[in-house]
Amino acid sequence: MASESEHSAVVEDGVRRRDFINIAAVSFAGVGAVAVVLPLVNQMNPSADVLALSSTEIDISAIGTGQAIKTSWRKQPVFVRNLTADEIKAAKAVPLGELRDPQTIDERTKPGKENWLITLGVCTHLGCVPLGAAEGENRGDFGGYFCPCHGSHYDTAARIRKGPAPTNLVVPPYEFTSDTVVTIG
Amino acid sequence: MSFPWAKNYEPQQPLMKWLDEKLPLPRLVYNAVGAGYPVPRNLNYFWNFGVLAGAALAIQIITGIVLAMHYAANAGVAFNSVEHIMRDVNAGWFIRYAHMNGASMFFIVVYLHIFRGLYYGSYKAPREMVWLLGVVIFLLMMATAFMGYVLPWGQMSFWGAQVITGFFSAIPMVGEPIRQWLLGGFAPDNAALNRFFSLHYLLPFVIAGVIILHIWALHIPGSSNPTGIEVKDEQDTVPFHPYYTAKDGFGLGVFLFVFAALTFFTPNLLGHADNYIAANPLSTPAHIVPEWYFWPFYAILRAFTFNFLWIDAKLWGVIAMFAAIALLFFLPWLDSSPVKSSTYRPLNRIFFWILVVDVLILGYCGKSPAEQPYVILSQLGSIYYFAHFLIILPIISRIERPLPMPNSITEAVLAKHADDKSAATA
Repeated sequence: MASESEHSAVVEDGVRRRDFINIAAVSFAGVGAVAVVLPLVNQMNPSADVLALSSTEIDISAIGTGQAIKTSWRKQPVFVRNLTADEIKAAKAVPLGELRDPQTIDERTKPGKENWLITLGVCTHLGCVPLGAAEGENRGDFGGYFCPCHGSHYDTAARIRKGPAPTNLVVPPYEFTSDTVVTIG
Repeated sequence: MSFPWAKNYEPQQPLMKWLDEKLPLPRLVYNAVGAGYPVPRNLNYFWNFGVLAGAALAIQIITGIVLAMHYAANAGVAFNSVEHIMRDVNAGWFIRYAHMNGASMFFIVVYLHIFRGLYYGSYKAPREMVWLLGVVIFLLMMATAFMGYVLPWGQMSFWGAQVITGFFSAIPMVGEPIRQWLLGGFAPDNAALNRFFSLHYLLPFVIAGVIILHIWALHIPGSSNPTGIEVKDEQDTVPFHPYYTAKDGFGLGVFLFVFAALTFFTPNLLGHADNYIAANPLSTPAHIVPEWYFWPFYAILRAFTFNFLWIDAKLWGVIAMFAAIALLFFLPWLDSSPVKSSTYRPLNRIFFWILVVDVLILGYCGKSPAEQPYVILSQLGSIYYFAHFLIILPIISRIERPLPMPNSITEAVLAKHADDKSAATA
């Protein structure tokens, strides 16, 4: 009888030992579940071999003025373009206020090497490869690149000028290891 | 779960009696698609398409399991393994063509099933849950079809994967990490191909599970019918078996006839020649188009070519495309008319057909290149699509005066019968 009265006293208090055990047990199971879900979600992220930043070396000596080549870095296409003086002038003539993603050509090239425009060949809309790197391809209304998928036009500094793409073509991290060799990555 | 006059399952043989006590599976079948399920007596052929969709899923699962025995989900060999199926595997060409065209047939019957629901108001109370589960099935079908199309690893497969996963990069801040998480890389590659194969194998069984819920939810109020009037008594119904097993059986025959014609005579009619070129990450095909069943939604995606408010065009396109489907979840509450069938809704009938034409126009725009006049057409078409559900439907359901309705299904059937008779004698 004594134990029963003791028990009811605790009930009146509102919190039983069993409530605590219940909450503790369920919370612990919850923590355990989250701990299991994390690796299950994380396995979807790029794996170590994909992430391993293979830096790509490109020999640019063969690219004449006005020409461009298509190469690849991290399985994504890269455009290397040797701009003509007119193309640089055209890019500089555009007021920044007119641009959807305002950037000058100087911000998109290396100092003293502003004729070398190096960008990812991945349209920032939905990821198609724009035309304009190869000879004779459609370069769009602004003389740069044109994405045929959904009609985005890029100018001679690969900046978005018309169409659905939100930003300029991405400039990857790169440096000139010599006058004729560029290392991307 | 059923009408009180539904026939009761009474096993005669000792074995069936024994089974009924231990595991009443035959009873379940009898009550679901047998004589134990009373169905309105006046269903027309548009009520075939649910069963046909089920048949199409079964065909996809069977052909798909067989294909998986010969296919290799590795970016290096996937394209060649599909060619191996086409050229070397015994009857492989047939099984692959059946799977390819089976997907199209699945979508054809599901679209007809959806438009049947729209015309006859099948989404209305008490069947809202049936409709909601149906939209879930539709979404799962789209995901499954998309991932399946990536597996042959042709040019359209690769660039389809690039474009569709590109949708997610439109999400502000976290978009690009989400896209990389989905792909397991920076562009579609082996990791993406493997997980798409895994999920493409899984999702059809998830669809089968949701279909069971869909039918369960349907069998609580019972099937709808072309008059939209609920069943009142026994004379309004007939048992599912043999009446509708026979009618569905006939429909299945017609379905298989069309399916066989497509598979054997024009197997590539609905495909794209570009997908017979192996995936090349450095060259986008001149004209990327999704499979035909995505065209209307693709047109809505591309309709936004300008930034609006503070949201950029790309995100708007993605929002609009997903909203076009998500909108369907709200349909039972957007249409407040108590009359279900458009047979008695003169205004809704007109706007229903305008919507059909609008979706067809959007489909045509989605197939066409991103240039004028298709851009402006898809913009107008998209505006109309949203206006139909958000403005037109709520308004007409309030102002419309329905036509006089019969008191019961039986009265409607007998009146039609009398009309036919008098027309014949006159």
